[in-house]
Amino acid sequence: MLIDWFTVGAQALNFLILVWLMKRFLYKPILHAIDEREKRIVAELANADAKKAEAQKESNEFQHKNEEFDQQRAALLSKATDEAKAERQRLLDEARKAAVALSFKRQETLRNDAHNLNQAIRRKTQQEVFAIARKALMDLAATSLEERMSEVFTRRLREMDDTIKEGLADALKTASDPVLVRSAFDLPAEQRTAIQNAINETFSAEIHVRFETAPDLISGIELTTNGQKVAWSIADYLTSMEKGVDEILKEKDKPIAKDEPKPEEPKPETKS
Amino acid sequence: MRLSPDEMIFWQHGFFKLNATIVFTWGLMLVLVVGSKLITRKLSTGLKRSRWQNLLEIVVLGIEKQIEEVGLNQSQKYLDFLGTLFLFVAAASLCTVIPGYEPPTGSLSTTAALAMCVFVAVPFFGIKEQGVGSYLKSYVKPTFIMLPFNIISELSRTLALAVRLFGNMMSGAMIISILLTITPFIFPIIMTALGLLTGMVQAYIFSILAAVYIAAATRVREPKPKPERKT
Repeated sequence: MLIDWFTVGAQALNFLILVWLMKRFLYKPILHAIDEREKRIVAELANADAKKAEAQKESNEFQHKNEEFDQQRAALLSKATDEAKAERQRLLDEARKAAVALSFKRQETLRNDAHNLNQAIRRKTQQEVFAIARKALMDLAATSLEERMSEVFTRRLREMDDTIKEGLADALKTASDPVLVRSAFDLPAEQRTAIQNAINETFSAEIHVRFETAPDLISGIELTTNGQKVAWSIADYLTSMEKGVDEILKEKDKPIAKDEPKPEEPKPETKS
Repeated sequence: MRLSPDEMIFWQHGFFKLNATIVFTWGLMLVLVVGSKLITRKLSTGLKRSRWQNLLEIVVLGIEKQIEEVGLNQSQKYLDFLGTLFLFVAAASLCTVIPGYEPPTGSLSTTAALAMCVFVAVPFFGIKEQGVGSYLKSYVKPTFIMLPFNIISELSRTLALAVRLFGNMMSGAMIISILLTITPFIFPIIMTALGLLTGMVQAYIFSILAAVYIAAATRVREPKPKPERKT
């Protein structure tokens, strides 16, 4: 007999047990693993899609921001350029003003220098003139300059115009204070007496005279009474001399100003 | 000469006996279950996985695909039964390369048991899918006259399943043993290799036929759509 019915039953049972075991240990875990993997792949793909979308969004945003930034930068640059231009203009103006001021100051300084020079020349000239005059007078008349001055003054008093004399005489009569004679130096008693006499003779009266020393008179003598004045001093000569010196300085400045190269005029050709 | 491993009995107590068929079946079961357990113990759900896992996935997905191609849409329902049928028969054939091994499928008792399992599984799945009435009605289609023929068909195909597998497996083992006595060199090896091929083909045929029977039983007959008239 080829068929053993016990074996048939046992094999059928074995087979059913095997079916259950294989389901338990093979098909279920394998299919589960495959499903899990598929789910995972789907999830990863979805995640990748989401990330891609997000990246696209971020890229767009970034581009947008970049454009905005470019615009802002251009605006700022334009603003900065304008400001720089304005600042440049301002600085140029300031520099121009400063240059003008400096030039003005320089001119002022030059003017001051010229003035000081004038003063110095004037002083020096005055001293020189005195020295020369004194030396000359001493050499010629063997008398001091002051004496000569007193003499000149007394001579002028005497040779005074009648109109001036009358004016002075009126003034002397109405004056309550004594006549003031101011001089740059202390007059010796002789000269005082000479001046007193000259005044008395000129106005034909006994006039009370008060002598005073005033160094600002620059070597001269002055008679003052009730608003009237008779004076002689070297200052007059010095003033005229100063004018002369000024003219000399101006003449000296002119060539400096005109010291610019001039185009040479073509010379006419001479044929021989 | 033994025609069947049933004849090699290790232990017997009255009706109960422990023959080579049962012992080798247990051995195969042990190999299959332990192997599966070992491989599926550390399954990876990621993209990186072991070679053994890849092999098992290919086998399982291949079986599933074959079941789907036969016409069973919900293949996972039938995977346990049909897949185990294929794996058991295939493993029984593959192990013939081991000296001293007798394939349990070379015993008519085993093939009959498997065929009976199919014989029971067909109405089981049919009724589960269609319901009792609908399934039983399929026996009287297209006419009542067909009922005995359908019943005979059911029985005969079960017998055919059992005998086909038994014949092939037994003949393979028989040829090798005969060749061993005549030409002990070279030829038995070639025949063993041929036997392996035959075994795999038989495993495929057995499981595919079972799938076809189940598919025939579970298919809900729907009226064919009418062809559209041309205007």
